[in-house]
Amino acid sequence: MEFKTFVFYFLAVIMVLAALRVITARNPVHAALYLVLVFFNAGGIWLLLQAEFLAITLVMVYVGAVMVLFLFVVMMLDINLDRLREGFWGYLPVGALVGVLMLVEMVMILGGPYFGLESMPAPPAAAETFSNTRELGRVLYTDYVYAFELASLVLLVAMVAAVALTLRKRKGLKYIPPSEQVSVKREGRVELVKMQAEKQD
Amino acid sequence: MESMLQPVAEFFGPSWTAIWTLIKIVAIIAPLMLCVAYLTLAERKVIGFMQVRIGPNRVGPKGLLQPIADGMKLLFKEIIVPSGASKGLFILGPILAIAPSLAAWAVVPFDDGLVLANVNAGLLFLLAITSLEVYGVIVAGWASNSKYPFLGAMRAAAQMVSYEVSMGFALICVLLISASLNLSDIVMSQSEGMFAGMGLGFLSWNWLPLFPMFVVYVISGIAETNRAPFDVVEGEAEVVAGHMVEYSGMTFALFFLAEYANMILVSILTSVLFLGGWLSPVGFLPDGFFWLALKTAFILLLFLWARATFPRFRYDHIMRLGWKVFIPVTLVWVFVVAVWMMSPLSIWS
Repeated sequence: MEFKTFVFYFLAVIMVLAALRVITARNPVHAALYLVLVFFNAGGIWLLLQAEFLAITLVMVYVGAVMVLFLFVVMMLDINLDRLREGFWGYLPVGALVGVLMLVEMVMILGGPYFGLESMPAPPAAAETFSNTRELGRVLYTDYVYAFELASLVLLVAMVAAVALTLRKRKGLKYIPPSEQVSVKREGRVELVKMQAEKQD
Repeated sequence: MESMLQPVAEFFGPSWTAIWTLIKIVAIIAPLMLCVAYLTLAERKVIGFMQVRIGPNRVGPKGLLQPIADGMKLLFKEIIVPSGASKGLFILGPILAIAPSLAAWAVVPFDDGLVLANVNAGLLFLLAITSLEVYGVIVAGWASNSKYPFLGAMRAAAQMVSYEVSMGFALICVLLISASLNLSDIVMSQSEGMFAGMGLGFLSWNWLPLFPMFVVYVISGIAETNRAPFDVVEGEAEVVAGHMVEYSGMTFALFFLAEYANMILVSILTSVLFLGGWLSPVGFLPDGFFWLALKTAFILLLFLWARATFPRFRYDHIMRLGWKVFIPVTLVWVFVVAVWMMSPLSIWS
């Protein structure tokens, strides 16, 4: 077996097992941490495909930011597992139907005539000086610049909307803005008074 | 070197690459651990000096063996796992803390060509790896099943994610003007310029044109490593020691090692990205690793100096500094640098 194949199966096996644990782990925090492991191994597999920019961005965005905030929320929630499992048998037919549909679709794509080594041969190895990041950046900011900017705008709108939906002002808070606090000067607080010493006689 | 090792390489055959890489890793990690040990001594000595004390002076000549004694003590202490703790994660926490702070050293260039992995996405790799550091704190805080560690973990999660954003923007400015993600290329791009031609290399380094980013990067670095005055994660007056409350012996030592290794990492990165790495500040002196070491030591001194000087920030002030000061400043500066590069006044061509 070639070393690359070995690395692929090593990452893939860990990834599949971790993905299974995501849905079977009893503790939601453990499940979230297994999801981190899945992302990490997915990044490794993308590295094998010489897509280093995508791989590192996956780790940076999903593992480094998204999952941290995910964990942040999951740790603070008081999740009752029994309540979560209550409707399992009721939901099972719908879930199974969706699962079977996805399986059929994947088999049709992967087993179809348009997918396979004949129609999609492995790309030749990139030259030593080839920079994935530079190529992606060039394409994103020249050929697809409008689509790219539009996507970022949609994200921005979503972000503003999320803030607007959750922002609520509570009344009666004794809150002092930190920016006012840090701009306090000594003159505003202390007054130096020059006076004669009082003498007791 | 390579030709000298040819007979050894032939003896080991195809596994030689792995062995040789392992040797190189040890050659980086072992001195790093020694630096970490003596950084703790330097910290106590420097802060002692600033507070007109003597500092540790009992173990060995002038206290020089103090870190060894501390290390031995921690090594032989019992590791106590709290009864309510999530056992596996409790042990995993310190490991997750130290692993990224060591892995990041793979792409740090020490001299021209002297780097373990000369990858062309080095800066991205660093951003990704340093963003993993927060997991050690969160996992440890949660797994301890105790209130103070949990509060510390929550603070860490919010603080480290916030300051990563401004750090990332500062790095975007650097990669804009050096047009490369490779750390060696970033250093070499600082060796050119008008002042470098006049023999005043230190004015051609990135710190001058990117001065606001340099300041933001250093301060964010202090916040990212949870050092004073941003050490609310383990603030002893509020949450005792944050995520480290329940840890003892070597598990505690791992957090300690990770924190100091991170400090050295941030310092060496500041030197590489903004202070010209191994380049000599003036034309008539030769370049070399000792310049990098000197610059790193200077930034480390800044870390210690800040700890001895400033009182601890309040938590809402930390969040305000990160989100309302640093991020707007860095956003504007990214734009300014981009326009500057495209204008006829560009100094990078």
